[in-house]
Amino acid sequence: MSVMKRLSGIVQAKANKALDKAENPADMLDLSYEKQQENLQKVRRALADVATARKRLELQATQLQAQAQKLQDQAKQALAQGNEDLAREALGRRAALADQLTSLGTQHEQVEAQQQQLENTATRLQAQVDAFRTKKETLKASYTASKAQASIGEAVSGISESMADAGMTLDRAQDKIAQMQARAGAIDELLDTGALPDALGGGGDDIQKQLDAASQSGQVDAELAALKAEVGAGSPSAALPSSGAPVEGAAEAPEAGGTK
Amino acid sequence: MIVRILGEGSYDVPEADLPAVEQLDATLVDALDRGDDATFSGALADLVALVRHTGKPLPPDDVQTSELAVPHPGSTLAEVRDLLAEGA
Repeated sequence: MSVMKRLSGIVQAKANKALDKAENPADMLDLSYEKQQENLQKVRRALADVATARKRLELQATQLQAQAQKLQDQAKQALAQGNEDLAREALGRRAALADQLTSLGTQHEQVEAQQQQLENTATRLQAQVDAFRTKKETLKASYTASKAQASIGEAVSGISESMADAGMTLDRAQDKIAQMQARAGAIDELLDTGALPDALGGGGDDIQKQLDAASQSGQVDAELAALKAEVGAGSPSAALPSSGAPVEGAAEAPEAGGTK
Repeated sequence: MIVRILGEGSYDVPEADLPAVEQLDATLVDALDRGDDATFSGALADLVALVRHTGKPLPPDDVQTSELAVPHPGSTLAEVRDLLAEGA
């Protein structure tokens, strides 16, 4: 059966449900006016939520990009240290980050679409609320006439249909926002622990630790070599505390220990 | 005929254009039955474009009720299936 007819039936059912509380046409007009205003408020709040979700995604994209750049630099550093395995690890993680960035991009497009749809809905509802405010007073003033009763019924069902639509659009937007928030929360957690992407193992910035360790031990090696050169040259500048006859070889151990 | 695009508003679509609308509607039904996401998305995009193009948007103070409803533009098959399940 037709998708459009079924969907229309659902919209009408929701519209009827929204208004079956009112007892007389004049109450109905006031009630639907109130509901329209409530709806408009809800749409505005959802718009603020969408804007927040959008900012969060943009911030995360920036953070992921920074992290990708860092991994690229680390890969270079590792290669310079001659550690190809570590460079490969860094590049592998960078590739996984690129996947995350792509999926963030898709999410961002979806947020934008939601924002557009909600803005549309807000504009339309505002115009409707304005038009309805005047109309309902006119209808109420003449509602004793049976003809006016029919127009009230018509006005009310038209308005409630559009409110049902706004309600469905809101539900949809809120679902999307919840999905995005859940995802953004997961990414935040990963970014916080520095474990992103954790599929590749290792918490914290273990690549940086390895690089630091390598460069530290390189530095110690260099200092040691420098000292050895000094001592090995046996020059008098590798002086001992004081006078007396030179004692060869004795200086090496305490000096090396002292630099640490 | 008054056709509502959910999240967008209602349009007055001329009778002459209804066969094309119905044809796309039939494609939607078929895609839903077969779980064919790509066909569904394509037909929905075509349907939205057709209604926007051939229909005349109703002004905000026009309170006519609609007889047909188009899912929110960009909806997925799964979303529409869930929506239709509400009325089942």
